[in-house]
Amino acid sequence: MEGIWTAVAFYLLAATIVVSALLVVMLKNIVHSVLWLAVCFVSMGGLFLTLDADFLAAVQVLVYAGAVCIMVVFGIMLIQRGNMGSTNLFNNQTKAAAGVVALVLVVCGYLAATTPWASPAFAVPEKTVESIAEIMLTKYVIPFEVAAILLLVALVGAIFLAKEVKKADAHND
Amino acid sequence: MVLSEWTGVLLFFIGGLLVGGGAIVTSYLIHPRRIQAQKYEPYECGVDTIGPTWVQFKTSYFLYALLFVIFDVETIYLYPWAVKFQSLGLFAFIEMIIFLFILIVGLWYAWKEGALEWK
Repeated sequence: MEGIWTAVAFYLLAATIVVSALLVVMLKNIVHSVLWLAVCFVSMGGLFLTLDADFLAAVQVLVYAGAVCIMVVFGIMLIQRGNMGSTNLFNNQTKAAAGVVALVLVVCGYLAATTPWASPAFAVPEKTVESIAEIMLTKYVIPFEVAAILLLVALVGAIFLAKEVKKADAHND
Repeated sequence: MVLSEWTGVLLFFIGGLLVGGGAIVTSYLIHPRRIQAQKYEPYECGVDTIGPTWVQFKTSYFLYALLFVIFDVETIYLYPWAVKFQSLGLFAFIEMIIFLFILIVGLWYAWKEGALEWK
């Protein structure tokens, strides 16, 4: 019974992901695309839940659906377009892109179909956060602190770039 | 049984969708249908706008978004630490203080460079 419901959840979420991802690229208004991107990210979080990765699901919703979408929205606010109905347009490479995507789909599908998927010999842990915390703060302390430095570098770099833009803005005004 | 643990989340999600969708459907069902060209104008003190009304937003917004994303990623590291805080002890506490200190240096830099100022 549980297996059936997991399969139902998987197919519902997978359908939502595919439809919303298609809408992200197909819609003409880029703001609507971002909204569907958020739907896509949240559905991905649901997919992680069906795989018992609860922490990953929380991260997906918090960082991707929360922060990354906000980031894209702010990025859109910075661009200036007269007509919002023509902000997310197709170029004339559509046919070539369709061919490449079809090829990638065939290759990935073939590999997925022919790979002998092995189930893990041990039971999947029910709660992942505790084990992540233990490993992160004992065995992998250095990578953990390096992550902080990585975030610091990203922050400083972003501010440095934005400062230049700000200066250019002030110059234009 | 993992799904039962998340049934509450699912119900909450469905409830949220029903509240949002219900408001839209209800207003669609009961709203008066008198279409006038003026109703599609953006609200601006009753005066018709001339030319394009889209303006470019200031980069200050984007700087706030950047800071938000960085500190949002930081909270990801805080959650596991907070869950296991009792059993991890003093060493983990000091590690987290160092982690936060490194990021506070970034906040200090942002502050120094005027990313938090609104001009």
